[in-house]
Amino acid sequence: MILNSADLIDLCRGAAFLGTGGGGDPYIGRLMVEHAISEAHPVEIIDPSDVPDDALVIPTAMMGAPTVLVEKIPRGNEAVLSLQRLERHLGKKVFATMPIEIGGINSTMPLVVGARLNLPVVDADGMGRAFPELQMETFNVYGVHGTPMAITNEYGDCTLIETHDNKMMEWIARGVAIRMGGAAYIANYPMTGEQVKRTSVPNTLTLALKIGRCIREAREAHRNPFDALLNLLPKTPYNFGKIIFRGKISDMFRETRAGFAAGRARIEGLGEWKGVMVIEIQNENLTARVDGVLKAIVPDLICILDSETAEPITTETLRYGQRVTVMGVAVPPMMRTPEALAIFGPVGFGFTDKFTPIEAMD
Amino acid sequence: MRIGIDVGGTNTDAVLMDGMEVKSWHKTPTSADVSSGIMAVLRAVMTEGGANPTDITGVMIGTTHFTNAVVERKRLLQVAAIRLGLPATLGLPPMIDWPDDLGSTLGYHRYMIHGGHEFDGRQIAPLNEDELRAAGRDMKKKGLRAGAITSVFSPVNPDMEIRAAEIIAEEVPDVALSLSHQVGRIGFLERENATIMNACLADLATKVVQSFRLALSTLNITAPFYISQNDGTLMTAEYVEKYPVLTFASGPTNSMRGAALLAGVKEAMVVDIGGTTSDVGMLLHGFPRESSVTVEIGGVRTNFRMPDVLAIGLGGGSLVRDNGLRIGPDSVGYELTEKALVFGGDVLTTTDIVVAAGLADIGDRSKVAHLTPELIENAIVTMHRMVDEAVDKMKTSSEPLPVILVGGGAVLMSRGLSSASHILKPPHFSVANAIGAGIAQVGGEVDRVFSLEGLGRDAALAQAKAEAIAKTVAAGARPETVQVTDIEEVPLAYLPSSATRIRVKAVGDLVVTK
Repeated sequence: MILNSADLIDLCRGAAFLGTGGGGDPYIGRLMVEHAISEAHPVEIIDPSDVPDDALVIPTAMMGAPTVLVEKIPRGNEAVLSLQRLERHLGKKVFATMPIEIGGINSTMPLVVGARLNLPVVDADGMGRAFPELQMETFNVYGVHGTPMAITNEYGDCTLIETHDNKMMEWIARGVAIRMGGAAYIANYPMTGEQVKRTSVPNTLTLALKIGRCIREAREAHRNPFDALLNLLPKTPYNFGKIIFRGKISDMFRETRAGFAAGRARIEGLGEWKGVMVIEIQNENLTARVDGVLKAIVPDLICILDSETAEPITTETLRYGQRVTVMGVAVPPMMRTPEALAIFGPVGFGFTDKFTPIEAMD
Repeated sequence: MRIGIDVGGTNTDAVLMDGMEVKSWHKTPTSADVSSGIMAVLRAVMTEGGANPTDITGVMIGTTHFTNAVVERKRLLQVAAIRLGLPATLGLPPMIDWPDDLGSTLGYHRYMIHGGHEFDGRQIAPLNEDELRAAGRDMKKKGLRAGAITSVFSPVNPDMEIRAAEIIAEEVPDVALSLSHQVGRIGFLERENATIMNACLADLATKVVQSFRLALSTLNITAPFYISQNDGTLMTAEYVEKYPVLTFASGPTNSMRGAALLAGVKEAMVVDIGGTTSDVGMLLHGFPRESSVTVEIGGVRTNFRMPDVLAIGLGGGSLVRDNGLRIGPDSVGYELTEKALVFGGDVLTTTDIVVAAGLADIGDRSKVAHLTPELIENAIVTMHRMVDEAVDKMKTSSEPLPVILVGGGAVLMSRGLSSASHILKPPHFSVANAIGAGIAQVGGEVDRVFSLEGLGRDAALAQAKAEAIAKTVAAGARPETVQVTDIEEVPLAYLPSSATRIRVKAVGDLVVTK
């Protein structure tokens, strides 16, 4: 499918939903895609099944702080250069690019690359949501090497990274990103079409589009957007969703912990929802408990939505008094295997809780 | 004595104040030439208050001229949008997300120059002075008299914007330049947008300030005059000529500040009930709490310091339906005196309800005698619930706070609110806006990304506070009255360098010399 401008607004809203509070506001990303399309080419989204098994796919992304990105707007070709650097290094022509992260602003970066290079973008990603680190990828879980990786700034200064594992890739790349001004543009996890089909979370770009569109259309028709979402999800790979709480933010606690924007949101129940929900945040929403009882836990999605409009609310804009509805959403089975949970399950964030799927929670 | 003036689209209001006491007040229709309307209210309040021109020590003016000019796309200059940030920022050129009617009015003159800083203060590139001079020559050729200069991370380091302005001024004599670090905060596109809007108002700013000056000098008032900005603090007339954009949305701020003075409290919720809507905001230390989200003005995204105001569809003309269970958001508005039941019309409004309940004496009470007690009770409960929910939504803590009611529709509220410790209905509420202008203080703000490594959090906070206080004194405050009123820390996500964005705001009383 060819992405049009109205689709893009819906896609960004859906990407914010899938970001579970993190991943950055996709607003600037959306403007960059629109500008790239107006200057270069329309963007074609292709299904993973349309990628030949031996074709080369190179994912692209922004790495660093969204707060820096909103002040230091990129040149626009940084990720393109990273992708081309890997193409040269591997001596092979790239077939398509792809997101490594569907949640937040990184859903849009490969679309900029696709528009600039007239390159299709694969409808899949490596997180199925937003996560803070580069090894927290299904690509990593299922055996794809993150490196060679290229990271580029606005000058085209480029670092090529080769490491023995993907955690070391993250460590080194994070340092380079800081030296490049706190936000840099990467290409990593170069892989074959066969690997895309085996290790990516499929159809997440179109999922973001469907979620964003579903919320907008429900609002426009004066239907309940939450009901609309709960009807939509069973028809997707994220096949279970439920409202786990409704209430009012009664306290927001924020701190910096080991480079994470960490915090805790307290939500006092309203109407039929009794008690107090506490959401633990490390860039993204990780756990939700009501009066100490676990209601949802990472990697399942914990989405905080405006109670009236169902607009997703990012962590930075959460504040006292907002009326919010919290939705728990099941992630696809490939994100819940023991191997996956070892990397981005509760243990990956220092929680002692065992992972319990949202559909098995009370 | 001080005079506070509110020049609105419809009315020009003035109050004469002795200290914090209202001596006299007056309302008059706003005149097309501005000056004559201002002179009319000035004469009236001085006569009624028994004051001579020499008794006046300061005149504080709140105005909607500049906001209206942008919204109406009238009296705007073409602008050179000069950006310092190459090779970064090319991905989104200036004015990319503007409505085309406004963008075309300003002319889309874009100059992108090498320069700018990183978040930690390093340079992205040295300022390219040759490129700047070429831009200046082009501006001169095109006859552009206004320019907006925006450099990446100028809130961290403004030096390049200042140097660029010197160079452009050498190439284009008499150019009016706006520098982004004076206008906005972190958030490049929004700050650039605000700076460009400021630049397009340069001519109008000169004219408006001159008309204020003319009005005052005609009446032999020699006291200095100030214009209120959106955060409720004052700017000198000279500063407004340079930065008119900072007056945007000063109206709601002045209303809330006026309400605070009239009610004699500094921590409170304010509900300003008009004919169609009610504006609900929160006072912190006597100032409105600011909005944390982006604000669109005339269709353009900005990050102005705007009061965080929630408007709900409840006013004196709101329609009452479903046996009183549903009210508004539609209203008969200015047609209240024709359409409401008490005025012989056929529309059931909130005003009819309070008259029927015996809470107000407006129009003909016999025309609402048929309303059932159940309907009246339902409607009163609904109105209070609407305000109660809005107040609760706007509070930043669960502590009970007083609620100050101002505006013509304040009569709708007769009972307590569960969100409020108590309710205050002060006198002179219809000129709260002019009073807010009259009592305004001066302020200074710092909004920067600090690297806490080495410096440490306490030292960074101390540095930010000291800078905010120094800015306040530079803006004309008496040093001994300056207080820090707001501190906000936001860590930068996904960046393990303990970089934190710190915002500090300070205010103080104006030095008034006679």
